[in-house]
Amino acid sequence: MNQTTTSHQASAPGDYKSDIKPVWCPGCGDFGVVNALAKALAKMSLQPENVGIVSGIGCSSRIPAYMSCYGFHGVHGRALAAGTGLKIARPDLTVIVTGGDGDGYSIGGNHFLHACRRNVDMTYIVMDNRVYGMTKGQASPTTEPDWDSKLSPDGTGLREFLPMVIALASGANFIARGYTGDPNSLAELLVQAVRHPGFSFVEVLSPCITFRPEQLEWKKRVRAGALKPTADMTRATRRLLRDDGFDLGVLYAGSRSPYEPRGPRATKDVSELERRFVL
Amino acid sequence: MTGRMPRSVDDFMACACAMEAEAAERYAELADLMAAHANRDVAGLFAKLAVIEGKHRDQILEQMRWTTAPSSHTFEWETPEAPETTDPGDLHYLMTPHHALKLAEHNEQRAVEFFERFVRARLPAAVRKAAAEMAEEEREHVRLIQEWLAKVPPPERGWDDDPDPPNVAD
Repeated sequence: MNQTTTSHQASAPGDYKSDIKPVWCPGCGDFGVVNALAKALAKMSLQPENVGIVSGIGCSSRIPAYMSCYGFHGVHGRALAAGTGLKIARPDLTVIVTGGDGDGYSIGGNHFLHACRRNVDMTYIVMDNRVYGMTKGQASPTTEPDWDSKLSPDGTGLREFLPMVIALASGANFIARGYTGDPNSLAELLVQAVRHPGFSFVEVLSPCITFRPEQLEWKKRVRAGALKPTADMTRATRRLLRDDGFDLGVLYAGSRSPYEPRGPRATKDVSELERRFVL
Repeated sequence: MTGRMPRSVDDFMACACAMEAEAAERYAELADLMAAHANRDVAGLFAKLAVIEGKHRDQILEQMRWTTAPSSHTFEWETPEAPETTDPGDLHYLMTPHHALKLAEHNEQRAVEFFERFVRARLPAAVRKAAAEMAEEEREHVRLIQEWLAKVPPPERGWDDDPDPPNVAD
């Protein structure tokens, strides 16, 4: 885990960015998430040392390195497991888990279901570009069935994974969709997600302009504010039936109590944990 | 811009200051990005543009006798980002300085149009006067960018040809 070294109170978005420069492709949507996340943290006046950003593997999972908060770049698909452990061990931290559609819905698909079900108080941001970008353009769970590519000629023929449907059915307490081309609105969504108790899931449309250049058209397709928050699961479910994947906003803001571990905490404080590791 | 329209010169200049600050931050980000992709000419150009926009922000701070930029929560942009901020979707890793300057010219023109809307709006005379001055400044920036552009050769045919493109599936 990175050691954060802030010597002053962070208050501007720039204070939440590290000195490591992103190596993403020019035009990658993930830049918008870094900017939105920095703005959201600044808006909430959360100090970097009080925030843990956990990720798995993939282009978008590089985010912890680009932020000045505590960061953990974990194992493929296991970001939610690591984030859950962190939140249970350090409930005082704001835990934000980040990743992509391959990491979160395929390799980590099972963790996604159970993180929604457990409802631990953390925020999961998935940068969905409907492709495995880091490994050069394979179809991911959210890729359209007819997306023709050299690796899947004529498309996979498989129906897409529907993250918001799964999240709602599995018990996520806050569900929203944002778009990286509008980092200011995305920052507002992230603020709401972090502040909402329990497991918050934010699906972010994040174009991969290298392998999916047609996604540049998303800016014409997204509908800002088309999703209106409801605490009624039935209404949210009905709303999803007419969702084409480009409606933005908060779909669901529920009132389930976040998971609280039962019994005494295994570790009382960090110094006790450190003592256990002394050789 | 939606939300509350600026009713005072202070509100209006806070909006102008935020616009310049966002433009400077984005140019700096693009400079780093192009450096990471070994496009040194464009990286250097974006870095210069970041410095220039930063100076514009500082001029506003000095003019208003502000030590720090005021909070920008009183307004929100009508477009997803501020009118002078480069859209990352317009980039290419092999882009030339000419492309970068065309983007800058487009940004400055959008800034002119943005301020001219305030000049025409039903706002206090002092706000419209400040907007007219800002619009004139942005027109001057357009002229300067166009002069700069005239000195930079346009991209050659096949500028985006890459014998080893990143999107080839192995």
